[in-house]
Amino acid sequence: MSKALVVTQLCKCYGQLVAVDHISFQVGRKEIVGLLGPNGAGKTTTINMVLGVLTPDSGSIRVEGVDITTQRAQALQRTNFAAVYAPLPGNLTVEQNLRVFGLLYGVRGLSERIEGLLRQFDLEKFRDTKCGVLSSGEQTRVALAKAMLNSPQLLLLDEPTASLDPAIAQDIREKIREFAGHTSGGVLWTSHNMYEVEEVCDRVLFLSHGRILLEGDPKTLPHEHGKASLEELFISVAREPLTLEA
Amino acid sequence: MRPTAVAAIVLRQSYLIRGSLARVLPLFVWAAIDIVLWGFITKYLNSFVASGFNFVPSILGAVLLWDFLIRVMQGVTMTFFEDVWSRNFLNIFATPLCISEYLSGLVISSIASSSIGLVVMVVLATAVFGLSFFVYGVMLVPFFLVLFMCGIALGILGSGVVLRLGPPAEWFVWPIPAIISPFVGVFYPLSTLPPWMRCAAYLLPPSYVFEGMRTIVAGHPPSHYGILLGTGLAFLYILLACWFFARVYRHAVRTGLIARYSAETLN
Repeated sequence: MSKALVVTQLCKCYGQLVAVDHISFQVGRKEIVGLLGPNGAGKTTTINMVLGVLTPDSGSIRVEGVDITTQRAQALQRTNFAAVYAPLPGNLTVEQNLRVFGLLYGVRGLSERIEGLLRQFDLEKFRDTKCGVLSSGEQTRVALAKAMLNSPQLLLLDEPTASLDPAIAQDIREKIREFAGHTSGGVLWTSHNMYEVEEVCDRVLFLSHGRILLEGDPKTLPHEHGKASLEELFISVAREPLTLEA
Repeated sequence: MRPTAVAAIVLRQSYLIRGSLARVLPLFVWAAIDIVLWGFITKYLNSFVASGFNFVPSILGAVLLWDFLIRVMQGVTMTFFEDVWSRNFLNIFATPLCISEYLSGLVISSIASSSIGLVVMVVLATAVFGLSFFVYGVMLVPFFLVLFMCGIALGILGSGVVLRLGPPAEWFVWPIPAIISPFVGVFYPLSTLPPWMRCAAYLLPPSYVFEGMRTIVAGHPPSHYGILLGTGLAFLYILLACWFFARVYRHAVRTGLIARYSAETLN
């Protein structure tokens, strides 16, 4: 069975700036991989390329073995995402948004799927509420419900719990763990909350200046590099990437 | 092409129109005001003409046809602008949606929205001002077809311009019909124009519609060659507009503009 995501020698430059510098990584089935790094490290650029909204300069991206450059629609059929900076249109209700995106993803049995997701994400009472008037936590749940619509084999989550209170963030993490546990899909997750990453991710990739500096188990990686915690390791990556590279 | 993806774009627009008076009214209010205004102007002009010449089919008919083109164009651009205004590009273009499906959705949405405006205009023009479409005969069908195709081409072109230049560029799009109208001779024959404007007019499909319409009203047979040329040009412009939009989209994906659209440019 092919991996959920295989990224090979991916590169993207904006003029002189190398945003992503020949990175390669994989996301396995049922695996949650954390893509970590300081602001501007290249995380969102990488995610945008995997989502097909940014063309790489070189390298390849395969979702379940399907190349996103040559078979974009087929690859994106297997993918979905939720990002804090991409809220669903606020002028549509929760159900309308799910229906529109369900049609875009070509979901079969859409009405039943929507009902199931409204129940799963505790959104039934907001069915006819416009997304723009929901709280941050509720909007995140709607975004996640949309991200699960097509039962993706690859789920991309760009800071899904940013700006959420700890209790809601805990619920969201639970939902994502459920997704990875109960389906054959893989998850690529970015977050700046290292406690969350340690709790949720099976593996982490540390990105700095567009390159993968470190990779490993978030529970053991800090000690392997002489740090007390993942947060301390993150700070080192952000401030002294060269010492870790060496 | 997947019909469900096209249906998604149309459905989204129908949800938005259904739930908003601010979106429903513009579908027909401005068109209705134009018909009322020009209806009274033609009545007034008729009162000056002793020979019994009727301005209604030539002027009010022209207003109706021109407004139809504007409604079609705005039907496309308004559907596109909904994605601009709700900052929805990242969500929508990260789905398996193809550009052909997206543009088809814009066109079908436009057919639905412009039909509403057309019905209101036709009812007002015939019931209140006595415009009879029998005057134009079967040529009315190619007239509407050419104007529809031209409106679609302008709508897609305008959407491409906004996609390329960012949200403030919508102010380039609204005046497009006003800029074109002097060239296409909505109210006067092309022979009125200076040579350089006439050259431009021959490249614009609506010119053949309005020339044809005036020829019919004057009691002469219309030029079938002219209307055929207008149809061919309109079809060509749709293809060119789609090519332009696809090219702008590819540029936006290559540069990352789709993902950072609110920045307007990447400089």
